[in-house]
Amino acid sequence: MEIELRINGSARRLDVSPQVSLLDALREYLGLTGTKKGCDQGACGACTVLADGRRINACLALAVQYQGREITTIEGVDHPLQEAFVRTDGFQCGYCTPGQICSAIGMLAEHKDGAPSAATEHLAATGGELDDEEIRERMSGNLCRCGAYNGIVSAIKEVAK
Amino acid sequence: MKSFSYVSAPDTGTALRTIASNEDVKFLAGGTNLVDLMREGIEQPSTVVDITRLPLTGIEELPGGGIRVGALVTNSRLAADPLIRTRYPVLAQAILHGASAQLRNMATVGGNLLQRTRCMYFYDESAACNKRAPGSGCGAIGGFSRGGAVLGASEHCIATHPSDMAVALVMLDAVVEVESVRGTRRIPVAEFHRLPGDTPHIETVLAADELITAVELPPVPVAANSRYRKVRDRASYAFALVSVAAALAVEDGVVTEVRLALGGVGTKPWRATEAERVLLGRPAAEEAFRGAAEAELAAAEGGTQNAFKIELAQRTIVATLRRLLTDGSAA
Repeated sequence: MEIELRINGSARRLDVSPQVSLLDALREYLGLTGTKKGCDQGACGACTVLADGRRINACLALAVQYQGREITTIEGVDHPLQEAFVRTDGFQCGYCTPGQICSAIGMLAEHKDGAPSAATEHLAATGGELDDEEIRERMSGNLCRCGAYNGIVSAIKEVAK
Repeated sequence: MKSFSYVSAPDTGTALRTIASNEDVKFLAGGTNLVDLMREGIEQPSTVVDITRLPLTGIEELPGGGIRVGALVTNSRLAADPLIRTRYPVLAQAILHGASAQLRNMATVGGNLLQRTRCMYFYDESAACNKRAPGSGCGAIGGFSRGGAVLGASEHCIATHPSDMAVALVMLDAVVEVESVRGTRRIPVAEFHRLPGDTPHIETVLAADELITAVELPPVPVAANSRYRKVRDRASYAFALVSVAAALAVEDGVVTEVRLALGGVGTKPWRATEAERVLLGRPAAEEAFRGAAEAELAAAEGGTQNAFKIELAQRTIVATLRRLLTDGSAA
């Protein structure tokens, strides 16, 4: 079926069957290969993109369902986190990095909105500090098999200041 | 993934009529469980009705003090809602302990209740599973069963219900509102999920043509002093080995009200009514907490790999009550 997606500020038309995931639509139909396929079952976070500013797993999203939503992929990102990841060695092989950065952008916005996490001591309070524990909990949906977690936490902390 | 036809429902009536007049229809909301199951070939609907455009996204206060939550409210939005965080901290905390932030941004309240009760044999096409292929047997019994249930299991299935949210909902006596072309009905969450018995493939009492439209939280004053504690194999983003939802009121050192529910140990979200009964009116102290926990787990049965959950559940009940007593609410 013919659908229209809004990707990184542009309208893109494509012809997909309903079972095509947003992830496959980005990579295989639109050539936007920055978003990565890891587990393809919502467990690793490599496919994280932003839909209307909120982070989601593109592998569990059907492309047809996301018509009319504003999708941001790593190709559309220009954010201080990118240089911070380089400075702090927030990656080794780099495969999880686009998902980590999109996820971190979504996470910083959630925190700014006052959203709590499982690590938040007092749920009714808002605006707590983004310490290591909060960052690790809020980023737990993004795995890094190289184990660059310390650098990732440092990069996010640096930008959150 | 098997091909299917896709319909985006513009309103609830259209969605209900489509499912009433077609075979093999599935409603699609967040997709976090259904899309995965379709990709694995476990679910093979011929038609998928996208319900995300339906107006079921409200969080409203009810006249009596309760809250009505639309079925399409995302897990993350419900957990962040100020009313939920102050009146029902156990619910916000339970949701935040489930899945990942990305999944919670997609997953809905209705979908969370309808996620499949499952274990790894359910996903493995080469394995026996009475849930996936009724009558084929259960690979988990006598197999890898570390995650298996110790309460409510049968000789046909020991899969645990994976939801954290539902554990808090069953503790709060929440009610599920469902709609079909035949009308509306209200089902207490405690009666919504079924024990596996000899039909483990049927997990809820929802009829094939029904849609969850809302979940109602009754006023529960004691829930202002509540907590959720989850024990798992890693610190975040893992299913519960054991979880406890608890609310406690104490006057002059005596328990005047208590609510307890368990996750990770039961084939459905487990209200610990026996522990509540034993603890009510007793001194709010370690010994009584332990007695209540032991009473609840007295009927539990574990195999070689999951029997540890019985002691772990008892300890987690005691630890959660102790924390409520010393530190108070999670709010």
